[in-house]
Amino acid sequence: MEKEIRKKILGILEKDARLNAKDIASMLGCDADETAAEINAMEKENIICGYHAFINWDKTDDEKISALIELKVMPQRGNGFDKIAEKIYQFPEVESLYLMSGGYDFTVILKKASMKEIAFFVSSKLAVIDEVQSTATHIVLVRYKDHGTSFIEPHKDLRMVVTP
Amino acid sequence: MRDFICDKIKKIKPSGIRRLFDIANEIQDVISLGVGEPDFDTPWHVREEGMYALQKGRTFYTSNAGLPELREEICKNIKRKYGLDYDSKNEVVVTIGGSEAIDIALRALLDPGDEVVYPEPCFVSYQPCILLSDGVPVPIPLSAETEFRLTPEKLEAAITGKTKALLMSYPSNPTGAIMEREDLEKIAEVVLRHDLIVITDEIYSELSYKGTHISIANMPGMQERTILINGFSKAYAMTGWRLGYALAPAHIMEYLLKIHQFAIMSAPTVSQYAAISALRDGDKDIEMMKASYDQRRRFLMESFREMGLPCFEPYGAFYVFPDISEFGMTSEDFCTAFLKAENVAVVPGSAFGECGDKHVRISYAYSVDTLKEAMKRMARFIEGLRQQPF
Repeated sequence: MEKEIRKKILGILEKDARLNAKDIASMLGCDADETAAEINAMEKENIICGYHAFINWDKTDDEKISALIELKVMPQRGNGFDKIAEKIYQFPEVESLYLMSGGYDFTVILKKASMKEIAFFVSSKLAVIDEVQSTATHIVLVRYKDHGTSFIEPHKDLRMVVTP
Repeated sequence: MRDFICDKIKKIKPSGIRRLFDIANEIQDVISLGVGEPDFDTPWHVREEGMYALQKGRTFYTSNAGLPELREEICKNIKRKYGLDYDSKNEVVVTIGGSEAIDIALRALLDPGDEVVYPEPCFVSYQPCILLSDGVPVPIPLSAETEFRLTPEKLEAAITGKTKALLMSYPSNPTGAIMEREDLEKIAEVVLRHDLIVITDEIYSELSYKGTHISIANMPGMQERTILINGFSKAYAMTGWRLGYALAPAHIMEYLLKIHQFAIMSAPTVSQYAAISALRDGDKDIEMMKASYDQRRRFLMESFREMGLPCFEPYGAFYVFPDISEFGMTSEDFCTAFLKAENVAVVPGSAFGECGDKHVRISYAYSVDTLKEAMKRMARFIEGLRQQPF
């Protein structure tokens, strides 16, 4: 039962993190204090890890670029991938890091930066880690959709004002 | 020049929604909670199927009753969801929205002077369609006391020797009311006793937030005297595709089809192809939309509780129907004043029948953000009214 309510709370927050516990409670037909307590608990348990604004930087005059790097590594005995992952995610330049199935091991997504900064980071920080065997750096040209949100066309209400 | 327009159409009053629409349309940045259609886009897989049909040049008439493949899917769907058996060959017609189905059903049934009883408040087309079919509309006024459910007593009181049909729609636009099994059983008993036929408009059947929807056709002995109407507009967010359907026993369907064949020929072909995809793969779309509507419904109910505005809890469609009688205004005056003061459009209950005049219809086919802002303004507006001396 508790799990079910958590799932519902997360479903709502994932779409709109600005909704407060009272609003969420009324949407779910739950007690406001109980909902607030659940949210609090999930924050403590690191299930809810933050509340960020979702920004389309392409609409600003920001000229930095995004890079996605495929990484092949050689895992060490006893340490597996986690130790290598730590060496990578500790860099503040890294925005996201995923261990992958398939043709390579890690996907590293870098924070937006200049081409120069990205080149420097890949060649002198990432590629030089002992376990890293190879890197393939891809530059994002256009972001069409992210986090379930289209960047191209904002949603417009095309309906008439009043209909039966 | 002579006046060429027939008396019948002149006598029909223009829709009460029209006046409000005209005012709202003139105002910039109106927050509208006045729309009777989903805010979701038609699911992509459905639109994609429509585009594919165009690409393939599937732009010819279909058979009068509709694409056989679509009719089969409709019957399978009705069987799967509501346990009702219909023969896709001769018991279904694909129509231009549920609206056409209502029209042809009434035209197939009514001789001049036949009375049709129907619960009010109701969808705006029922009374005019009955009049256009030379029938006599007999509204059954309902109220929040019975949660706008039709009761056997009220039905019985409306029936005369001339009554031929009961026309009803649950979940209801504009009230959001539903009918549960016990309610329907009692209605069926009266219908059988008086040998009536039922036209049931179940266009909102997928949007039922208290258990699964149940049709009056599910009651013993009722399917053979029921014309069941449904469609794609509300369940799959496909209003503009204009696609619905009617289901009825073959000996009745034959006559609906006759009207449809001469008046319409066939429903839009591209829409029919798209609808096949909706029925085959649309369950998860419905589930997503329904969950979202339900959250908004609860949000509005909580907002009314905070405002101290009485509203019975509606369990269907995407409307709430709060009671505004404490302000001593007609629903139209209330809506006009609210629109002018706060730029929020809601629909006067009187647009759906005289007995709706104590209420306004508020649609929650809008984002929570929009609803939140609108409720803030509504609270401010009614607080202002309460402080005014009458």
